[in-house]
Amino acid sequence: MYAFTYHRPATARQAASLLAKKEDAKLLAGGHTLLPTMKQRLASPGALVDLSSCADLKGITRKGRNLVIGAMTTHAEVAASPEVQEAIPALAYLASHIGDPHVRHRGTIGGSVANNDPAADYPAALLALGATVVTNKRKLAAEEFFSGLYETALDEGEIIVKVSFPATSKAGYAKFRNPASRYALVGVFVAKRGSEIAVAITGAGEGGVFRWPEAEAALKARFAGKSLDGLKHTAKGINGDIHADAEYRAHLIGVMAKQAVAQATGKA
Amino acid sequence: MANLSMTVNGKSVTATVDPRTLLVQFLRENLRLTGTHVGCDTSQCGACVVHLDGKAVKACTTLALSCEGASVTTIEGLANGGTLHPMQEAFREHHGLQCGFCTPGMIMSAVDIVNRRGNSLDEKTIREDLDGNICRCTGYHNIVKAVAAGAEAMGKGAAPVRQAAE
Repeated sequence: MYAFTYHRPATARQAASLLAKKEDAKLLAGGHTLLPTMKQRLASPGALVDLSSCADLKGITRKGRNLVIGAMTTHAEVAASPEVQEAIPALAYLASHIGDPHVRHRGTIGGSVANNDPAADYPAALLALGATVVTNKRKLAAEEFFSGLYETALDEGEIIVKVSFPATSKAGYAKFRNPASRYALVGVFVAKRGSEIAVAITGAGEGGVFRWPEAEAALKARFAGKSLDGLKHTAKGINGDIHADAEYRAHLIGVMAKQAVAQATGKA
Repeated sequence: MANLSMTVNGKSVTATVDPRTLLVQFLRENLRLTGTHVGCDTSQCGACVVHLDGKAVKACTTLALSCEGASVTTIEGLANGGTLHPMQEAFREHHGLQCGFCTPGMIMSAVDIVNRRGNSLDEKTIREDLDGNICRCTGYHNIVKAVAAGAEAMGKGAAPVRQAAE
């Protein structure tokens, strides 16, 4: 790692002011992407602002129809939360399958969402559930938040405070994970809210997380795995790498989508 | 340089460290607690697992300064004087190791599994929860057996009775 100065504010407001004041500063959440990247000298921030002491960025609350998760809430906390398990069981399931137990004790929802890794799990959930990312400056719908590979709508100095999800029990997540990295080769999050159906796919898109409108239309007719019979995602725009080529990933999208629907309809 | 204080294996420690210092470096190089290993150094192998405020974490992917004020337990903190912790004893008893390099991380993870899931663990749960720990010698059969036996022994609050094999 290259040298940096280290700061550990107690509130999101202090963090924002440090971020504005320090040259070339970066936020440190769980650190499970940033620290490895810094070790490889692929990132060299001049200052790290560690959010781990910001109590106002932590916690899970149910607010009416919405489930609100603080940005610094860890994957393990989301997975084990009775509120999450009750409001959106599929989200607790997703969190319980990120990385391994040690990673889940450190990694956070805010960090995952801000990094927008094209193979991360959370972006699919946010997009399919129509979540809102609340920052220290504004509210962003998931649709406008994720803007490309490792890119988001966040401005310089903007901090994610929490993520708000509309509750639904009719949702499911299925991923085919890379057995070494445990990232999604393909992950599909399916959600039904009222008559709205969303199918969001992570791990497969050249431009990061995306929706699959054909599957959504098919599921709108009938919300069952059978509705996806014969439906195949095109390999165009799909990632290919040493782990899986585009054709294979495109095939997996269909397979994982069915499994996600089975989970959402209680038939898994 | 920055000041750092934390509790390690029940003792309070203070030091002045470079902000780049990882928790595992601090434990090994400053405190000379070399039971915590560095295997892959990329947060995959689990040889560096310690408990941070009671939760298993990878010490190679945690800054020492992020642990200011925290309580850390390493493999050295498990045994009670000359008496092995039940999980350590179970690894010895069931030959849950060959070269031993992954063992400190395996044992710290195993204790964490018991803390989270209780004393009665089936094989599937153990294998799933050892996801973040890699052994390159023996395969996992004896490790899984050791974890199940150690978990049960932890419930009884005593070291498992040694069998007459030795």
